[in-house]
Amino acid sequence: MSLAALFVQLLNGLAGASTLFLIAAGLSLIFGVTRIVNFAHGSLFMLGSYIAYSLITRIGGTGLGYWAAVLLAAVCVATIGALIEILLLRRIYRAPELFQLLATFALTLIVQDVVLQLWGSENLVGPRAPGLKSAIFVFGRALPTYDLALILIGPLVLGLLWLLLTRTRWGVLIRAATQDRDMVAALGVNQAVLFTSVFALGAGLAGLGGALNLPREPANLGEDITAIGDAFVVVVVGGMGSIPGAFLAALLIAEIKALCIALGQVSFLGFAISFPQFTLVAEFVVMAIVLVLRPWGLLGKPQGSVRSIGQIEAPIVPAGRMLQMIGAAVLAALLVLPLVAGGESYSTVLAIDILVGVLFAVSLHFIMGPGGMHSFGHAAYFGLGAYGAALLFKDAGMPMELALVAAPIVGCLGALIFGWFCVRLSGVYLAMLTLAFAQIVWSIVFQWDELTGGSNGIIGVWPSPWLATKAAYFYLTLTLCVAGILLVRRILFAPFGYAMRAVRDSALRADAIGIGAVRVQWTGFVIAGAICGIAGGLFAFSKGSISPETISISRSVDGLVMVLLGGIGTLVGPIVGSVTFLILQDSVARQTEYWRALLGLVIIFLVLVFPQGIAGTIQSWSKRAWKPA
Amino acid sequence: MSEALLAVSGLNAYYGAAHILFDLGFEVRAGEVVALMGRNGAGKSTTLKSIMGLIERRTGAIAFAGADISHARTYDIARLGLGFVPEDRRIFTDLTVLENLEVGSQPARDRTQQVWTPERLFELFPNLAEARHRVGGRLSGGEQQMLSVARTLMGNPLLILLDEPSEGVAPIIVDAMADMMIALKQTGVAIVLSEQNLPFAELVSDRAYVIEKGEVRFSGTMHELSGNEDLRRAYLEV
Repeated sequence: MSLAALFVQLLNGLAGASTLFLIAAGLSLIFGVTRIVNFAHGSLFMLGSYIAYSLITRIGGTGLGYWAAVLLAAVCVATIGALIEILLLRRIYRAPELFQLLATFALTLIVQDVVLQLWGSENLVGPRAPGLKSAIFVFGRALPTYDLALILIGPLVLGLLWLLLTRTRWGVLIRAATQDRDMVAALGVNQAVLFTSVFALGAGLAGLGGALNLPREPANLGEDITAIGDAFVVVVVGGMGSIPGAFLAALLIAEIKALCIALGQVSFLGFAISFPQFTLVAEFVVMAIVLVLRPWGLLGKPQGSVRSIGQIEAPIVPAGRMLQMIGAAVLAALLVLPLVAGGESYSTVLAIDILVGVLFAVSLHFIMGPGGMHSFGHAAYFGLGAYGAALLFKDAGMPMELALVAAPIVGCLGALIFGWFCVRLSGVYLAMLTLAFAQIVWSIVFQWDELTGGSNGIIGVWPSPWLATKAAYFYLTLTLCVAGILLVRRILFAPFGYAMRAVRDSALRADAIGIGAVRVQWTGFVIAGAICGIAGGLFAFSKGSISPETISISRSVDGLVMVLLGGIGTLVGPIVGSVTFLILQDSVARQTEYWRALLGLVIIFLVLVFPQGIAGTIQSWSKRAWKPA
Repeated sequence: MSEALLAVSGLNAYYGAAHILFDLGFEVRAGEVVALMGRNGAGKSTTLKSIMGLIERRTGAIAFAGADISHARTYDIARLGLGFVPEDRRIFTDLTVLENLEVGSQPARDRTQQVWTPERLFELFPNLAEARHRVGGRLSGGEQQMLSVARTLMGNPLLILLDEPSEGVAPIIVDAMADMMIALKQTGVAIVLSEQNLPFAELVSDRAYVIEKGEVRFSGTMHELSGNEDLRRAYLEV
């Protein structure tokens, strides 16, 4: 590789950094003021590029028209952002943080289908800006002039934001609200206006990023997830709420990616290392390193104690007689299901899927609810279990039964390593680190063709003959699922479970009375990883094949939705939530092409109507019914 | 007896399941300094927060300047002319002194009122004048206390709820706070002072209410409270 090539790649990286910064700055601003982690931010970016495409193809013929179209696209997205804030988010500011996340996640589903409906599924290649269609030659290598423009736009927006935040009353209020919203209100400032405007600005920045990115990458339906993943990483690396931090982090990550591409295939001590493949994980590795060394990000500040606005959670209680009877009835119904519905029937197959989902959700709930550790990358342990079992079965020639036993061990080992890092953080940062590890696992699986089959995955992962019928496999799944649930329940009502809840409620006080907070959380993490590994192993043998999709972000998010839907405060919650979610997904997906939007609407409805989750709400209703006020 | 500027009656407040205030009531007239006295945990801060709408669950009647504010939102309450200086000061530590004042700034309610400007406030708090470009986090405890009061004054309030201004600051600052309050009173601002420090309250207050376990146990002039040793021993002394 020549120095010239490296230089051009680095310039290319700078151009990429600009759009990355725009999305991340918006996300950071919104989080700083509203404390909402806006999962829909990637969708706003995607909307920006689609709207820009439509506007540019109509009025973008001239230089003026082109840039007007870009700005107009940003304004449109800002307006959409304002509407989202007014119609949805305003109602849930007092809800637990995870519910807000769930609601914004539902928005991503809706936006997906709206875009699919309006613009279709084809990638849309946007024209380059008039006047910037040529390339200049740097050391004999072509660099598009448009990229040069982008390199300038990034710092320009940073400068404008800085002026806005330091030189205007609005900016001063925003910075004050970032620190103490209640005090700002007590000084006579209407927060609603402030929140709406900040959300609109953040959305507008994402939209601008999308519009500016159009000439570099065609508008496509996968942009939202990539954009939100990148933006989260940048914000966390830079420090939540810090705009200059977002800029610095965007530069860092874009340049490291550019460097990886420039390095190409390198031989090192006899090993061939393919750096371009590393780009998929580079940002997550950077994030993991930064979070471990400097948990509050490069330019962020250690978070003070956040003024709690949520309600104090009631302690979990053992199931009452009523619930026990319902549980026994459900179990009895499940035992006869294959006999009634037919051993090979669709109901039995669906029931296996649901039971696997229940175990997955229960293990996630274990660390999220009683553990207080919000894992955004729970798919990692599911995937480790699935791939571990499949590889031991196929490559190592292990009998299926033994491979299945190994699944929790593989999940457990993954959790042992990742958990060691994760439990040193808390809150959003912990969530992001779990996500980073899941992405690292995903990209290793995705790229290690020789071992994992890459994107093709592994096929022919079938259970032993005695489990070959769906009915037999159903009974195996049911047994392991029930055993897993009972184990979790036993642990939660054991001294260890109490210790874990104590750590969740106050790590400091728990430490002070001799509970090693970090050790307890680590153990909890590992237990959850092991149970999740069982679910992964069961999944692999029930499908007969697995692919990297098993570890995708969307599986982690599905898990979150299941847990939150059911309610985090009860043990029945994840069970009710996962069953509801999977049946909903199954039935809605068969009804309509636009099942994502429908699912999104259902989630938003549930968030607004059941702010404590389904099981949580039913519990508090029944409490009210039993105890007259 | 003139019409009350702030009238609180039958006030109950809760934190989660805990009932904190029990049918609490008191009144403040325009230009008056009223002390709410009581020990730690008596419910003084909760009373002030309830008035500002910062406590989620509260019931009872709260009237300010003729308006019912018992269901009003916090920022509307502040805009009516009710200023709040919290116990923990809650300075915006990343903002400079001038920016802190900017956050508190609200337009005057009527033209006759003399509005507070940073320059006028710097006369009242000379220490802050020197530190005007310094960020809040770099101020001393006393300076932060001054800034918290000054910031609230920027909203040109008719009444200030001042929560334990003497707590945790050096004696010399306590004296300065007393001088400041007397100067403030002369501008016509009414003050509700929540205090444990009797000598400090005596310096500035006209009347006093004694609160214990969320209920009013005594109301009268400051003079009456000072002269009543049994009362002091029962509710104030540690």
